[in-house]
Amino acid sequence: MTALLQTQNLTLAFGGLVVANGIDFSLDEGERLAVIGQNGAGKTTFINICTGLLKPNEGSVRFAGDDITGHSPRSIVRRGMARSFQLPQLFLEHSVRECLQLAAVARQANLSSWKRLVSSSPDQEIDRMLDLISLRDRQHELCINLPEGQRKLLDVGMSLMLNPRLLILDEPTSGVSTEEKHGVMEILMRALDEQKVTAIFVEHDVDIVKRYATRVAAWINGAIAADGSPASVLADPTVKREVLGI
Amino acid sequence: MSRDIFILALLDGMSYAGLLFLVALGLTFIFGVVRILNVAHGSLYAFGGYGAASLGLWLGQGSDSALLSVSLLITGAIAVGIVMGTVLMLLLKRFQDRDPILQLLVTFGAFMIFEDVQRLVWGTQPYFVADVVNQMGTSELLGVVYMNYQLLFVPGTAVAVYFALKWFLNRTLTGKQIVAVTHDREVATALGINAKRIAYLTFVVGAVLGALGGALASPTTSLVPGIGADMIVLSFAVVASAGLGQITGALLTALMIGLSRSFCVYLAPEMEVVMPYLIMVLVLLARPQGLFTVAQARKI
Amino acid sequence: MMRSLMIAVICVAAVLGLALAFPWLKLPLILGLCYGLAALGIVVLLRAGQISFGHAMYACIAGYVVAFLGQRYPWLDGLLLIAAGTVASVLASMLIGAFVVRYREIFFGMLNLALSMVLFTVLGKFYNLTGGTDGLRINRPELLGFQLERAPFELSLLVLVLAISLLVIFGVQRFFESSGGQALAAIKTNETRLEYLGISARKVLWKGYVLSASLCGLSGSLFGLSQGLVTPEMGYWLRSGEFVFIAILGGAGHAIGAFVGALLYEFLKMYAAALVSGSWQLVLGVILIVIIYFLPKGLTGLLRKRKAAIGGGL
Repeated sequence: MTALLQTQNLTLAFGGLVVANGIDFSLDEGERLAVIGQNGAGKTTFINICTGLLKPNEGSVRFAGDDITGHSPRSIVRRGMARSFQLPQLFLEHSVRECLQLAAVARQANLSSWKRLVSSSPDQEIDRMLDLISLRDRQHELCINLPEGQRKLLDVGMSLMLNPRLLILDEPTSGVSTEEKHGVMEILMRALDEQKVTAIFVEHDVDIVKRYATRVAAWINGAIAADGSPASVLADPTVKREVLGI
Repeated sequence: MSRDIFILALLDGMSYAGLLFLVALGLTFIFGVVRILNVAHGSLYAFGGYGAASLGLWLGQGSDSALLSVSLLITGAIAVGIVMGTVLMLLLKRFQDRDPILQLLVTFGAFMIFEDVQRLVWGTQPYFVADVVNQMGTSELLGVVYMNYQLLFVPGTAVAVYFALKWFLNRTLTGKQIVAVTHDREVATALGINAKRIAYLTFVVGAVLGALGGALASPTTSLVPGIGADMIVLSFAVVASAGLGQITGALLTALMIGLSRSFCVYLAPEMEVVMPYLIMVLVLLARPQGLFTVAQARKI
Repeated sequence: MMRSLMIAVICVAAVLGLALAFPWLKLPLILGLCYGLAALGIVVLLRAGQISFGHAMYACIAGYVVAFLGQRYPWLDGLLLIAAGTVASVLASMLIGAFVVRYREIFFGMLNLALSMVLFTVLGKFYNLTGGTDGLRINRPELLGFQLERAPFELSLLVLVLAISLLVIFGVQRFFESSGGQALAAIKTNETRLEYLGISARKVLWKGYVLSASLCGLSGSLFGLSQGLVTPEMGYWLRSGEFVFIAILGGAGHAIGAFVGALLYEFLKMYAAALVSGSWQLVLGVILIVIIYFLPKGLTGLLRKRKAAIGGGL
């Protein structure tokens, strides 16, 4: 079976600063990978390269066997790899429902200059997603009025509307209050299960990692220092020292 | 192109560039520090010109002294700059936390108001007060006769102002504070710099420079309604091509535009007025941030 | 729907009523509606958070095409001339737009300004071709086969412009509510997100740009035909500024806003000119500043800056 996401010798440097150091990586369908590492270790850089925001100096990225190195974010999304953002990227002047509708229309790839947005996507589909991310009762609110946790959920919801095969979540619980964290994660994981989406999530919270990941990869200085089951990686002495600070 | 024509074009271009630079300098300086594109800068140019002409008519008649004429020009410019600069500053204070586009539209409104004020005060008949040009005499270079005013005085003043401003910004405390505010207003304020006072000072200096441009242009231009509108878009071409806020860049693009215009006059006269905007288009297409903008450090 | 229809009927009745009661108002009304069309073009771009300070160039291109054709082929019907002018500006915008939509905010505004000034200066200088600063005259062409005298010609044009305006308002408002129009609006708040949904923001903006330019072109054709004259002033930056002014005045909430703004603008111009004899710019300048001051919500809603970046680690 071809790996869903695969990188070979992925390298990127800004002047003297090496942010990606010849990374070889492979992810299969169905995995729930948690990416951990200190700030500046290169986790987000790796994601940005995979999702097309940055171009590597060397190496390649393959998605479902196809080479996507250097492709635009748009092209990569169309192939089935979506992402959510550390700072939720929403259409602040639109409502929750409208954001999902725009995502639905985007997936169908048929922007019309005549057909109304409200009638361009099946209501049931939008309702289902609203239920999945628990925002049904706030669906007509402008995004700008949502608290951080709900913004995160909407961000992921929009990406899920695209029916991706792989969803990369960049720190899905950062900025979310401690009481909300687990609630948000539960909702996210349930949504991912429902849609049968393979996921990579960048996380700092060890409890969340232990609870929700099937596999963990630890980043240190632009490279993967440890990769394996949560138990083994989290017990690794280098990881404990460099990443967890224990 | 004969050698004489070449030299003529070169000197014409430099003289014109000097004028362009002075006006553009005020515009780019204000933007650099206060981040406002002042459409009313064109009015400063116009009022500087009209003001200088009026002063010349009231106080300078009958005198043969170039020194007097120049003093009147400069005094007029400073007066106009301070008054109008303060007025604009007071107006913009009410909008200081708004979107920059709104601030730009406010200056556009101010420009419209000033246009009519100008018409009310000075009417629509052309003003032309050229005494100082004659008072400064002529020089002969390689067989061609030049007016000293355009050959030496205008470019000389432009260069002098450039160096004076540079010295002021780099060597004086106030100047350095201005530079600090330009780079990062928040941090500068946190360091105790009175950003409001700096903004006001910058505005007035920029306004005086704009008015000075107008004053120096007045002896060689016919002052009619509409020169403000023409000058603002022209100086904008200089500023945008250099990069908003770039002072040395503005000097160089003013030179570039001035020279391209003067050479066009001799080589392809129809293209003369088109050149500045053609250059602007080409620069913006190739390098939208301007020719001389240094890459800025990313702010989170 | 019923309400919109009623409003439309009232507006048409009001305009025609004014025109019949005060025949000298016909031309100002036509010109006012033309300004409305152009301002609506600006509004289209405002919804994407962009302002063009050079859109008068499309009105100018259309006007001059009408004048050229009208002079060379005087037998051409007026409606055909209007169509030709509009098509010319659409074609120009498709080409220019391809370059211009790579830029945002102030650079977008500046580039459009620069291009319009190139056009303006060229038109002013090439006297033999363009009539220079004097411009070109347009003789009254036939309308739908009828050669009309001045008064009926103006009345017919007024009816035509009214009809066009109503169709445009309906069509553009529909566009605003369409998925394409909403995607355009999304550019203003989060262009990156659009890309990450798989939508090409550039393509969406290009379509919006062409629409906005065609509205300005339509405006210019009608304007030139009504005045019987086209001059380089039609493409001057001050004219572009007027379009922006009216767009802001009217607001971007609904397509009719631009027309309300335009008629208000014309009315204020006339009133101010009568009151302070010729200092209408002063009055309008004050009004612009006052409006910007007191309608922060509306204007801020139009022009609010896009929120920040993707976030840490980039």
